[in-house]
Amino acid sequence: MGALQLRDVCKQFGPTKVIHNVSFDVPDGSFTVFVGPSGCGKSTLLRMICGLETVSSGEVMIDGQVANDIPAARRGLAMVFQSYALYPHMSVQQNMAFGLENIGTPKAEIAARVGEAARMLRLEPYLSRKPTALSGGQRQRVAIGRAIVREPRIFLFDEPLSNLDAELRVDMRAELAALHRRLRTTMVYVTHDQVEAMTLADQIVVLRAGRVEQVGHPLELYNRPANRFVAGFIGSPRMNFLEATLAEVQNGLVVAALPGFGLVPTNRLASSLQPGAKLTLGIRPEHAALAEDGVVVGQVGLVEQLGGMSTIRLDQPDLTVQIAGQTGLSFGATVRVALPRHVLHVFDEAGLALPAAPAAPLAT
Amino acid sequence: MANLLTARRGRLRWDWTDWAAHLYLVLGTLVMFGPVLWLGLSSVKSESGLQAYPPTILPYEQARIDVPERGTLKLFHVTQGEHAGQDLAEVRRLGLQSQLVDPANPGTLIRLPIEARTPVMRLHAAWENFTDLFSQFSFARIVWNSVFITVVATVLTLLVNSMAAFALSKYKFSGRDQVFLLMLATLMIPPTIVLVPNYLIASQLGLTNSPWGVIWPAVATPTGVFLLRQYMLTLPDELLEAARMDHASEWRIYWRIILPLSSPALAVLAIFSVMWRWNEFLWPMVVLSRSESFTLPLALNSFQGELTTQWHFLLAMTVLTLLPVTAIFVVLQRHIAQGIASAGVK
Amino acid sequence: MVKLVAALYAALMNLPERPMKWAQSQLSGGRLGWVFVGPNLAIFAIFTFLPIAFDLHYALTGGTQLLPGDRPYVGAENFASLLDCTDHFDPNSCRRDLFWHGIWNTLAFVGLQVGLMLFFSLLTAIVLNGRIIGRSFFRAAFFYPVLLSPVVVALIWKWILQREGLLNAAMEGVGATPVNWLLDGNWAFFWSVFVSIWAHMGFYTLILLAGLQSIPAEINEASQMDATRPFRHFTRITLPLLMPNVLVVLVLGLIRAVQIFDEVYVLTGGGPGSATTFVVQYIYKTGFADQVRQYGLAAAASLLLASVLLVLTLIQMKGQGGGKQRG
Repeated sequence: MGALQLRDVCKQFGPTKVIHNVSFDVPDGSFTVFVGPSGCGKSTLLRMICGLETVSSGEVMIDGQVANDIPAARRGLAMVFQSYALYPHMSVQQNMAFGLENIGTPKAEIAARVGEAARMLRLEPYLSRKPTALSGGQRQRVAIGRAIVREPRIFLFDEPLSNLDAELRVDMRAELAALHRRLRTTMVYVTHDQVEAMTLADQIVVLRAGRVEQVGHPLELYNRPANRFVAGFIGSPRMNFLEATLAEVQNGLVVAALPGFGLVPTNRLASSLQPGAKLTLGIRPEHAALAEDGVVVGQVGLVEQLGGMSTIRLDQPDLTVQIAGQTGLSFGATVRVALPRHVLHVFDEAGLALPAAPAAPLAT
Repeated sequence: MANLLTARRGRLRWDWTDWAAHLYLVLGTLVMFGPVLWLGLSSVKSESGLQAYPPTILPYEQARIDVPERGTLKLFHVTQGEHAGQDLAEVRRLGLQSQLVDPANPGTLIRLPIEARTPVMRLHAAWENFTDLFSQFSFARIVWNSVFITVVATVLTLLVNSMAAFALSKYKFSGRDQVFLLMLATLMIPPTIVLVPNYLIASQLGLTNSPWGVIWPAVATPTGVFLLRQYMLTLPDELLEAARMDHASEWRIYWRIILPLSSPALAVLAIFSVMWRWNEFLWPMVVLSRSESFTLPLALNSFQGELTTQWHFLLAMTVLTLLPVTAIFVVLQRHIAQGIASAGVK
Repeated sequence: MVKLVAALYAALMNLPERPMKWAQSQLSGGRLGWVFVGPNLAIFAIFTFLPIAFDLHYALTGGTQLLPGDRPYVGAENFASLLDCTDHFDPNSCRRDLFWHGIWNTLAFVGLQVGLMLFFSLLTAIVLNGRIIGRSFFRAAFFYPVLLSPVVVALIWKWILQREGLLNAAMEGVGATPVNWLLDGNWAFFWSVFVSIWAHMGFYTLILLAGLQSIPAEINEASQMDATRPFRHFTRITLPLLMPNVLVVLVLGLIRAVQIFDEVYVLTGGGPGSATTFVVQYIYKTGFADQVRQYGLAAAASLLLASVLLVLTLIQMKGQGGGKQRG
């Protein structure tokens, strides 16, 4: 078991409130990722869950039990720290065994659990080495091993891959995903890297400035971002945003006026908005298309050829288009870009996404 | 900030260990700082105030009053007899009898047994302890000796050590590493060991009873060279190369580029040097034997030998000796702590 | 003011410009470095290296003459005289009984002072590393005496410990009998140890505190997540990680304690009797304070002291090397 619930959790340091009424559930067995820009409070939230930080108000519940006042060591959680926090004067074996010795686990069982974890993480040849004699990836695996042997209800990861180089990070990501498939234990993972979040999570919690912006499956966040912030944060390259106004409402759907270019029909419900209201149109670079009849006209400011795909950037308006394959376009060329209505996001003046029309077919 | 508050030892609530820790620190502060405070308070007590036993915390002295035609007289409070409750001035004391007058009516003598009156005490800081030091002794001369030695030795220490550190960190010449090791090796030879031969050398160079006898042996410090060299190693060599491209001479590179950039390390060494020279005792005691060449610690030492009864001067002198160091400490506390923590030297 | 200093600095530093330029033109490659290390090296040579050679000469010659040429060669006589005892554990049976009083006093002093100082500075550092309100104030208060001149330190305590001093007044206040602290051998020795700990403890506390603060917070948190009990955390995590600093404190403390002189000399003058006479005081007294200045004996005693310090320094260098590898 290892379900986690947060109810109106707040955190204050003196007069500064850094976490504002956060509530969400982490189902048992899920891989939940907290993602957000640095300073959004995601690490603080993780430290409150594991008990290294007090909860100012609200409740942290583990398996239905309020854990606010339970000391960190007795919450049955294990944490993998950003710097790994391996004990530098102990061997790999001792590092993994230390926590079990503390709670008086029998020697034979310690040996069995450490052996099993070492085998699983391919650490057997290094058991008698000190952490300084290991590579970054090996240290990372020792830190995970130290968590595994405790057989925790929930694993907590605090940006565990940020100290590794890019290539190793991809490998470790795959290993973590495999580990989760195998152990089926709940994992809570903090990162600022949305790619890590998208690839690892079955549930993402997007945080900004101590508030939850959206909780959901990775593709749900990609397809139906709740607001402009989530839309811009999830997905790479970043979503394009174009300022527009509400020109008219047709069958309840928004028709936007893009200054200088004309009318853009959308699939979004206007709700109570009146013509003239300020809007932001959002379109992902991979959804924008070069087309003869495209509504936006602009000059190419930059072309990035990646071989398998190409990115074309317009200066006026600021718009990025990503196309499959290669392109013959070069700097200064005039292009027209279409904004297909079924992939066009619309946000109101407050940045909230307008809901999609319920019956609107996804394919045109 | 968040981490500072909560990360340590991870206890989330204020418990008995926190109380015990603060209690220990408060008591410790009392032991560490209390004696200095006591010295400060005592130093402004008058000679008679110092003799009071048990001692008073604040400086008191017997009140005096100007009585016409009788001069300045000590004031007493009468506790018995018909004048009880009055404050009278004592004209003279004859055995167990005291002759007093009422300051308002100085013509009439009043005779009382001495146990019928107690002195009237009032708060009074005896600053004259300090001013008299300068008027009654050649104290200015001693202060000057200490200041001269401290300032000149520190300037020379910074110059000579930084030059050596510059060469050892930025030049490649055969023998450089041996020179560095040799200098480090001198860390193993504390001045105590070479007291006798150093005295011979100082006397042969005519340095005895001269401030230069204290200054010269102190100017080359292995600690200073080491500290500055380690710092200069962190300055990029490209700086020197860029300066050479600008046709700067090597000497100019040293004093226009390297020295200003090394100012944090130089500041640490300067603080150390000031402390060392200002407080130094054994070597000056060997090399300076005439009292007019004494530094403050030497003067204090000889003073306490000769004038054990004159605590009011001795205490004032002690306060004057610790004052500059205290001032430096108050201003530069953070730097001193960091310098010591990083260099591991004193 | 700042401008004035800057102008003065520039004017002074410009003076050696021409000779240094000439030296630069004469010396190729890095050999100009010799000119820069020159002054330092010369001072070291005159006041450190040369004296060591002379030390040996003095130790092997006798008489009361200061000039090396006037001193008759006596071989190992000075050493033999220092070491001449019927029972080395009984200073009164030795030819140089004061030297042996000094040695045994120094040994007792070193053991007590270093042990207690290590304990208290470690305790203080650990307390200061905790959740403390006003940490920098307390750190400063404990550190302040380090900066005081040993003479000042001695006088501060002499004033408190004198017969009619603050301590006796306080003792009488609670009904205890006053004690002549510095005129009783055992008490004088105790106060020598106490005052020297008082004066130096802050320095070692600072080194240990720096060591404690360099232990990453995440290590302590990991240990907390591992459910480590406080005592086990201290012995298994904190102490091993602090070991390099503890070793520095131990050896620096030993080197200093072996050379104890200044504050005790002013506080007690080595007395009463020889109760607080230490080796360095013997050297000073024999070479400079006695009517007959026996430079040979003083130098021989210095060399014996130097050999002890050499061993301690080598231990320290080894320890620091080990510490660096670990870090």
